[in-house]
Amino acid sequence: MRTTLRQLDWRRWRLVITGCAIIGTIVFSAILAPLVAPYSPYDLNVVTMLQGPSATHWLGTDELGRDTLSRTIYAARISMEVAFIAAGLGLFFGTLIGGIAAYFGGWVDLVLMRFMELLFSFPAILLAVVLMASLGTSIFNAMIAIGIVFIPGFSRLARAATEVVLREQYVEAARAIGMNHARILLREILPNILAPLLVEAAIAFSYAILLESALSFLGLGAQPPEPSWGNMLNTGRGFMSQAPWLSIVPGMAIFLCVLGFNFIGDGLRDVLDPHMKD
Amino acid sequence: MSADRKHARTDCRPILSIRGLSIAFSRRHVETEVVKNVSLDVWPGEIVGIIGESGSGKTLTALSALRMLPKRARITSGGIRLGETELLALSESEMRALRGDRMAFIPQDAMQSLNPTMRIGRQVGEPLELHRGFSLALAKEAAIRLMEAVHIHDAYSRASNFAHQFSGGMQQRAMIAMGLALDPELIIADEPTTALDVTVQAQVLKLIKEIRDQKQTAVMFITHDLGVVAQLCDWVYVMQHGIVVESSAVADIFTKPKDDYTRMLLAATPSLQGPPKARSTA
Repeated sequence: MRTTLRQLDWRRWRLVITGCAIIGTIVFSAILAPLVAPYSPYDLNVVTMLQGPSATHWLGTDELGRDTLSRTIYAARISMEVAFIAAGLGLFFGTLIGGIAAYFGGWVDLVLMRFMELLFSFPAILLAVVLMASLGTSIFNAMIAIGIVFIPGFSRLARAATEVVLREQYVEAARAIGMNHARILLREILPNILAPLLVEAAIAFSYAILLESALSFLGLGAQPPEPSWGNMLNTGRGFMSQAPWLSIVPGMAIFLCVLGFNFIGDGLRDVLDPHMKD
Repeated sequence: MSADRKHARTDCRPILSIRGLSIAFSRRHVETEVVKNVSLDVWPGEIVGIIGESGSGKTLTALSALRMLPKRARITSGGIRLGETELLALSESEMRALRGDRMAFIPQDAMQSLNPTMRIGRQVGEPLELHRGFSLALAKEAAIRLMEAVHIHDAYSRASNFAHQFSGGMQQRAMIAMGLALDPELIIADEPTTALDVTVQAQVLKLIKEIRDQKQTAVMFITHDLGVVAQLCDWVYVMQHGIVVESSAVADIFTKPKDDYTRMLLAATPSLQGPPKARSTA
């Protein structure tokens, strides 16, 4: 391991490192928001409303005189939380369902995967809206709804990867030493299907941020005055001509975040590809 | 038949006894019998070779003793006893408790049979974790001793390697070490040396013999190589088209083969005394 660290191949890891730098910066400023943000995201000030970027308010103020930069930084907290929890939910349950379906096959496979296809047949945003409507409007429910949207995709990927690994002789060898089903799934199969799932998870992060923005934009996610990139965009829409920064700033934040996660995802796919291992 | 096995004492019983075993493959609801009425015995401390060409049913016969037949294959009749236990009457979970404990399986391709994401030491010690509830640390210690027993040098540091860092011969040694973990009564080896080059093959065969000599473990050795049978086995069953066509002591099979197919196998073995003899038309 020492040698791999020392000879860390920049060319091979550059996408992952760049992505991690972008996401790391966003995560850190989200965690340290009270220290980093110049103002409180909630403080109203009618005198300074709808001001353009200036020395006091670097990225201007919104229609209630709140500092746009501060609100964008605080909004990163919600977006990151949603991204991690929703992608985590999707990864966990998708892997579980897909793994079990492939491993046991037969009617277990049939029932689980038909149910997944049922979920898959709805457009993602529609499914999320329907789930939000039945769960109730809150940011926590938005995380769950987005997580559920992700489950079918992860389960299909996990099922396909498991089918491949199941044909491997080490699974047979594990049976030959008397291993039970749960242990085979956990110890023999899971570590060997993880690479494509982690790549998918990185893509799911960025998609979760977009979905959360969309839900907040529709008024189903974060509720005002709680800032989220989506509801900031939504309010900014009404002031597009007078105060374009209100839309541009959260838009740029979403763009950077998605870019970062996609870099990590693409980079991981290349790095974890066994054909590129030395 | 077993009476004429010289080393088989009257007071001992076979470890593995297969009686009238038939296995059928079903395909589109049509069943084809691929193993027909096979009977064979493996006695304690004996290395029994099962020789035959691909498709002769030798591997299926061996897998049936572990009850690990492919999904489409089904045992249609017969009985398999391990010591006093009738294996075909056991439930799947009872069977699971036997695998790796009372009998061990050594596969053909060790590289493919080792989990690429798990350290070798962990894998070798795994039967102890599974069947004896060893803690990770204890299992690792035992794994290192097992690896030393199969002559893996520097076992302590090798235990933390992954499979791809091992050579082919070392991988097979690791698989054998895993098989030995719980001192099984029976080792079933499915062409364990086919994927190895000749010098490494000789070392692995020597190791198997050494294990038998030290622990009186019975070995069922599946192969298509008469040379391996000559070097290693005490008794040999020749299989063709799912039938045992000959059963005899190894020395006898080379000097006085009884079956035409056996003679054909012998004739097909290249020798140093010139080109192979013409095949007899059976």
